[in-house]
Amino acid sequence: MIFDMDIETLPREELEALQLKRLQTQCERVYANVAFYRRAFDEAGIKPADIKSLADLRYLPFTEKQDLRNHYPFGLFAVPKDNVVRVHASSGTTGRATVVGYTQRDINIWGRLVARCFAAAGATRRDIIHVAYGYGLFTGGLGAHYGAEELGAITVPVSGGGTRRQAMLLKDFGATVLCCTPSYSLVLYETALEAGIDFKELPLRVGVFGAEPWTDEMRRDIETKMGIKAIDIYGLSEVMGPGVGIECAEAQAGAHLMEDHFLCEVIDPVTKEPVAPGEAGELVITTLTKEAQPVIRYRTRDITRLVYTPCKCGRTFARMQRVHGRSDDMLIIRGVNVFPSQIESILLETEGLTPHYQLVVRRDGNLDTLTVQVEVDEKLFSDEIKNLQRLEGKIQKNIKEFLGVTAQVKLVEPRAIQRSEGKAKRILDLRNE
Amino acid sequence: MKAEQISIFLENRTGRLEEVTRVLAEAGISIRALSLADTSDFGILRLIVSDHEKAKKALKDSGFTVGRNAVVAVEVSDKPGGLHAILNLLNAGGVNVEYMYAFVHQCERSAVIIFRFDRTDQAIELLQKNNITIIPGDKLYTI
Repeated sequence: MIFDMDIETLPREELEALQLKRLQTQCERVYANVAFYRRAFDEAGIKPADIKSLADLRYLPFTEKQDLRNHYPFGLFAVPKDNVVRVHASSGTTGRATVVGYTQRDINIWGRLVARCFAAAGATRRDIIHVAYGYGLFTGGLGAHYGAEELGAITVPVSGGGTRRQAMLLKDFGATVLCCTPSYSLVLYETALEAGIDFKELPLRVGVFGAEPWTDEMRRDIETKMGIKAIDIYGLSEVMGPGVGIECAEAQAGAHLMEDHFLCEVIDPVTKEPVAPGEAGELVITTLTKEAQPVIRYRTRDITRLVYTPCKCGRTFARMQRVHGRSDDMLIIRGVNVFPSQIESILLETEGLTPHYQLVVRRDGNLDTLTVQVEVDEKLFSDEIKNLQRLEGKIQKNIKEFLGVTAQVKLVEPRAIQRSEGKAKRILDLRNE
Repeated sequence: MKAEQISIFLENRTGRLEEVTRVLAEAGISIRALSLADTSDFGILRLIVSDHEKAKKALKDSGFTVGRNAVVAVEVSDKPGGLHAILNLLNAGGVNVEYMYAFVHQCERSAVIIFRFDRTDQAIELLQKNNITIIPGDKLYTI
């Protein structure tokens, strides 16, 4: 179901006209009200009035996560504090927390967008939505909550934790939609099974999962085990929270971005220039309607690709491919951007396994070389040299074909690859040694 | 009539082979026959041992990747043309030898060749039909 039929199916030209109008207004507002942006615009030599088309977006300054930290807590508000009705904050595991503020209108729009998401996932007001995202400073719980209420569904604000009790409530209330992180859904599922509750026998039919990257393999696993449709929801607190994008139940092929409220572009994280349409790069988001704390060209660090081809659900909003890495993890090998996750997908596709691997980057003279070390487990192993060499060759060929870089593939013994706290260290960069 | 061989993945690093023999020695396992195939990066060690279950477990516990394969142990008379007669037979029967290695019987005047075939069952049938002696696994492990 399409919640906002008129908007979500707007022809692209009309959508872009709306985006431009909103972008111009937004630029004027931040220039007038936020000291940080006035300075950034001035340094970039651009005035809000210079924005004549969406193509002019590229001349606007970027906003980084660090900018939010530098203005902790309320330094980026574009409205008087009196008009702010709520704040959320990130956990700040890698530094100061980043704080975001919302006006009443921001909260209303957020609810509306998350309601669109539930509708796209196949939910209606007749559903019972079990919200197991954490409630609190984290945007997940309250974000999903307001959307579920806006949709008109029965909203169950369970929040995180108390897994065994959650499983019982899920059964007793007969929830039809589960909302949490994909990994928590599996924990909940296992715990329920131990308590004799099989998701397959419950009315549960849809999962709206997000807040962490997950693969298609994981989706298939969840769908088969639980007998539900698993939908990916995208969002980040810096621009709003969950609900920036949602997959439609019809196609399940990338999250439709709410482009009437978010202007999305993809840039090369190194040159910071926009990539050609359809190419992979870092997603950059400009909020178009946010009042309390708008952001201009916020660098999400999420690596993705935007697809503009018409979707069978009828929505005209662009779809973002599943996030396949963070630009923080990116390697540049002889000018080609390489993400560990891309190598991982190639390995998965080559042998259909989850091999442990490590990327080793060295500098030979002026040339960067990439070696992909793959641990040989029993499934990969053969007693015949030619089979192992064929495997090396196949991986090498696929990397060359998909990524355009020549990599040496080296088979190594299990546990040859360093692990820290149970997590594999994926990159060994020896170029500066 | 098949015999069990274990194979071990080894990186081309100092001390890896020594580590394998140490593990086997500590587990009280005798090596009956062995062959090492290598490339510049890695090697595959193939072994016939006195107790392959125990050997496999000991090696796996020490972190090695271990495989098991069916091979055929053939008795070859220790005289000129002995091996040729067998290979000739296999070739005529369309069976490919993936690899092979040999050892000499201590008390009898014959050699034992361990064969890894592409089509093991067909090879066994062919050899038996031509009265070639195949040494069954249980006998091989205690030679």
